[in-house]
Amino acid sequence: MTDKFVSIEGIAKRYPGAGGATTTVFENLWLSMARGEFACVIGHSGCGKTTVLNILAGLDAPSEGAVIVDGQAIAGTSLDRAVIFQSHALLPWRTVLGNVAYAVSSKWRSWDRAKVRAHAQTFIDLVGLTGSEHKRPSELSGGMKQRVGIARALSITPKMMLMDEPFSALDALTRGTLQDEVRRICLETGQTAFMITHDVDEAIYLADKIFLMTNGPGAVLAEVVENPLPRDRGRIDLHRHPLYYALRNHIIDFLVTRSKTFAAETPDHDPRNVPLVPIGKPGLSIASTGEEPRQTWMPGTNPGLSA
Amino acid sequence: MNSSLRLRAGLVSIVLLAAFLGVWHLATRSTAPVTTMSPEYAKLMGLTATQGKSAMPGPLDVGAKLWDHLKRPFYDNGPNDKGLGIQLGYSIARVGAGYLLAVLVAIPLGFLIGMSPLLSKALDPFIQVLKPISPLAWMPLALYTIKDSSISAIFVIFICSIWPMLLNTVFGVASVRREWINVARTLEVGTVRRAFTVILPAAAPTILTGMRISIGIAWLVIVAAEMLVGGTGIGYFVWNEWNNLSITNVIIAILLIGVVGMLLDQILARFTRMVTFPE
Repeated sequence: MTDKFVSIEGIAKRYPGAGGATTTVFENLWLSMARGEFACVIGHSGCGKTTVLNILAGLDAPSEGAVIVDGQAIAGTSLDRAVIFQSHALLPWRTVLGNVAYAVSSKWRSWDRAKVRAHAQTFIDLVGLTGSEHKRPSELSGGMKQRVGIARALSITPKMMLMDEPFSALDALTRGTLQDEVRRICLETGQTAFMITHDVDEAIYLADKIFLMTNGPGAVLAEVVENPLPRDRGRIDLHRHPLYYALRNHIIDFLVTRSKTFAAETPDHDPRNVPLVPIGKPGLSIASTGEEPRQTWMPGTNPGLSA
Repeated sequence: MNSSLRLRAGLVSIVLLAAFLGVWHLATRSTAPVTTMSPEYAKLMGLTATQGKSAMPGPLDVGAKLWDHLKRPFYDNGPNDKGLGIQLGYSIARVGAGYLLAVLVAIPLGFLIGMSPLLSKALDPFIQVLKPISPLAWMPLALYTIKDSSISAIFVIFICSIWPMLLNTVFGVASVRREWINVARTLEVGTVRRAFTVILPAAAPTILTGMRISIGIAWLVIVAAEMLVGGTGIGYFVWNEWNNLSITNVIIAILLIGVVGMLLDQILARFTRMVTFPE
């Protein structure tokens, strides 16, 4: 059996609309991730990406379906799943150290002050903010604020990290540096990460798997793209890889045209068996044992659910 | 640049004050012709009639009288003749007591209402009806039930200062940024700890603004309340001096009420600055 660390099983989100009608943002959404995997979700605004992330975080509840993380159905928020917010969401009346320490003392309530501070300091050092511990968020640049957000998320040593467009408000240079940091930290700590992004290059650089979602309302997970680039890829020579443009073009094509037409063109789309697209490796997907077994595994464990 | 602006503003303030005092002085100086009358009648009529002196005291009269008061602020010659320091002390004590009670009720209650949409909706009609009632309208009811004029005055201060604090607390608590609440939720912070570590600091500037409005209103109301209940306090002093026809003392009291009100406001403004955080 595949190590399905995260499994989103048939979730739906509906809102009551005007005149008693209900608006369905998405329904029957199935998605899974292995432990230590970095996944990016790409889709246009309004496809429910953030809702999916909020449901994963426990901040929002699905109208239907369930989410299983590490063998347990989630109910509400958890210190096992840290969130890095798009707007960094630092508490402005606390210092950098205070913000990180708040998270640390929330996880380990019995720790004394010195231990909390020492632990928080480790993670402030990790994100390269040594020396700015006693600054308040208002004294920091956007990139530094988001570093604090990352340090806060990492400091509680979560089982997975959830990131909602964490770098979208930053300038390109800062964004690049922070992407490097996040990639380094996730590789070093073997962190499972789920990230929403609008930036195709960010997804290619960071993700092992890229989830493509069609336009909402009624959005579906159209396909899962496996990143063919080597795991030790670097930012500098990323675009020289022979499969880089195939991957990039595939995603851009999807965003530009197929995200709109997907539902009409693929009437027999099975949301429980979303095709895994191996860029540039036709035929390999059958042989690759890494991801493929989930297709044979899933119908067995979830009987009675019609797609 | 900044300091020169302050200097110039201060200079303009002094010029304006001098101009005002000058006009006041000119307007109240003796102008009417001195009339001759029998000494007995002149005694009855006072200086206004005999020497053409204006009934309105000039700035020099007020200044001299103020100096007298400042020299002996705490004398006590019985119920109708106490130093201004004592009278102001009574007023400040009443405002302090009523205001403190209001803080103790309004802030916890506001927290509760702000955190619970149900309570917020359920209590809204009561607050909407109670809020616009003039605090002095409560006075007869307070006198009848409490049967003590001094405590009734404190009750009136309580009832008038509770609303701005309550409404601002409710608003501040209810409008704490969603993302800060979400941070606390993802960290599995319990309700009580969340209230003290996230909601209170986030809502504190709004709550303090409400407290600042309240202290202003309380100081406005105490003068009127003390005119009604009598006995002690700066409001009673004003009314008593009106009955004595001592316009000089009335003007001095008006001036002091303004100064104390300003000081109270400044104290709350300082507290507000202490809890305000830059974003």
